Amino acid sequence: MLGKLVNWIDDRIPMTDTWNKHAGQYPAPKNFNFWYYFGILATVVFVNQILTGIWLTMNYNPSGDGAFASIEYIMRDVEFGWLLRYMHSTGASAFFVVVYLHMFRGLMYGSYQKPRELLWVFGCLIFLALMAEAFMGYLLPWGQMSFWGAQVIISLFGAIPVIGDDLTLWIRGDYVISGATLNRFFALHVIAVPLVLVVLVFLHIVALHHVGSNNPDGIEIKENKDENGWPKDGIPFHPYYSVHDAVAVVVMLILCSIVIFFMPEGGGYFLEAPNFEAANPLKTPDHIAPVWYFTPFYAILRAVPDKLGGVIMMGLAIVMLFLVPWIDRGKVKSIRYRSVWHKLNLAQFVICFIILGVLGTLSPTPGRTLLSQVTTLGYFGYFALLWFYSKNETTKPLPKRVTM
Amino acid sequence: MKKLFIALLTLLPMAAFASGNAAHLDEANYDLRDKASLQNGAKIFMNYCSTCHSTQYQRYSRVADDLGIGRDVMTENLVFTGVKVGSLMKTAMPAESGAKWFGATPPDLTLEARLRGADWVYTYLRSFYIDETRPFGVNNVVFPSVGMPHVLEELQGTARLLEIKHNEEELDLPEGARIVKETEVVDANGVATGEILTSYLSPDGNGELSAEEFDEAMLDLVNFLVYSAEPNQLERQEMGFWVIGFLLILLVFTWFLNREYWRDVH
Repeated sequence: MLGKLVNWIDDRIPMTDTWNKHAGQYPAPKNFNFWYYFGILATVVFVNQILTGIWLTMNYNPSGDGAFASIEYIMRDVEFGWLLRYMHSTGASAFFVVVYLHMFRGLMYGSYQKPRELLWVFGCLIFLALMAEAFMGYLLPWGQMSFWGAQVIISLFGAIPVIGDDLTLWIRGDYVISGATLNRFFALHVIAVPLVLVVLVFLHIVALHHVGSNNPDGIEIKENKDENGWPKDGIPFHPYYSVHDAVAVVVMLILCSIVIFFMPEGGGYFLEAPNFEAANPLKTPDHIAPVWYFTPFYAILRAVPDKLGGVIMMGLAIVMLFLVPWIDRGKVKSIRYRSVWHKLNLAQFVICFIILGVLGTLSPTPGRTLLSQVTTLGYFGYFALLWFYSKNETTKPLPKRVTM
Repeated sequence: MKKLFIALLTLLPMAAFASGNAAHLDEANYDLRDKASLQNGAKIFMNYCSTCHSTQYQRYSRVADDLGIGRDVMTENLVFTGVKVGSLMKTAMPAESGAKWFGATPPDLTLEARLRGADWVYTYLRSFYIDETRPFGVNNVVFPSVGMPHVLEELQGTARLLEIKHNEEELDLPEGARIVKETEVVDANGVATGEILTSYLSPDGNGELSAEEFDEAMLDLVNFLVYSAEPNQLERQEMGFWVIGFLLILLVFTWFLNREYWRDVH
């Protein structure tokens, strides 16, 4: 009976074929390690954000007068509204945690190298869209930090010569951040950017399944197939990796639950204290800090004494990520078989990124500004050095088969 | 009392010194499970605070239900604005009048404990002192130039902010005094002289409550404000144990399922 139904559908759309191509018969390298969980985890968080977001939208009021009160209405009067909201706010931070780790994995194992350049670029576009999504979502609670954070970030566009002022006016829809800004950010946050994200995630996965997954050894499993054309080092994604990933998903849910139920403010980093006060255009908070996931880039911005220069450097920090597939001229993908210089370079890059992230949360002092300049140099230095040494890098011989 | 202060002086001071000019905040050991404390806090809030301050995101009925106060008792004794018990707790004072009388509209206090922290609120409520230069004759240690009068004067009496320079062992403060700040005394060259400058609040004892009773009452009020800031904290934490417990069991099953499947991968 069920078989007949499946046949009926398969005659009309390629249901079974699609399932097999992407799960049942998708050959995944059998040597995935810890770092290969974060793609699926990002997908789970994305689904969480969409679902909780839909329910939050049902009771949220996107107006200057009503936004802040409607959040508290959700927290108090809506059944499980507090849970939906904390799942959404914690999910936002969790999203960046898993995406940063996912991107680090890509850098570590050279997952951006040929033939995965487009896969990497789609990923970078997802990161960019995610930043836009998070930035606009953060305005919606209409608290003090929402308002002033948005004020600071939007004013950055004003640093662009000639069109700067008109551009900020166009973004805000008003001379200051106002209900008009809130309304358009709401529209972009709940419809436009999520649609873009869905399309990009789709393309990301299509690209991945077309070229096949990289693995910690950075060798192509497709080059070593058995008589049936199945890669000798490949195993079907389902059921092997679906049960594998299920463990990771449960662990992530436990970690997120600890935050949601016992520390929803995340120590003041996930929900910032000044945001418990309604937006007030006449009262500037003492210390405006963006949410933690933007702080590395914010620190780069502040490291440059000139405002326009800072904006350019911040933009370049993202642009560099897009260019990695062409900056790295090496032929060996995985860090396991690359030179000690590459290992040191990646290590200093990560350290600089973390230090920048911490500095971005703090108010600047001369010492901190100097440190942020040094670490900004380290951040960009990663790409510059990579370009130089990757051309004639001394690498170790690659194995024929993956190592477990 | 004296021994306690000496103990305090030897135990905490480094942190206090390190914090520079900021006044020291006392820890508010509130207990959200203590219904009597919450009820007393609600009573103090409605009688002394709600004249000027709203908790406009919270409803009377919710407070009544959560704190175990009957809705009819709530309506009769704690709803002073004549609204229905299901209404939001808004003050009767118009915002414009507040701005005119106090220089700024008294802020909504629903989320005050989350905004500034329970310790800050607890310290603030107990830190008014006489300052003739201010419009209402009082100032506050943790909120300099505060626009608010000392509403709780009839409970606490008034306090003076005094300073004493002393060596560690010599400190002798009057009964009921509370240290607000300790600074190391330095000479003209910036070298520590070994003396400590202690600022403390000395109450005149003219209030209805003793210093200990007043602290207790303020703790109840803080408890109520912490509750108001997030009324479902206890429910949230309780649910957290169930959810994480469930996930831990699920983790065991997924763990073994994974192990079973991966047996044949070599």
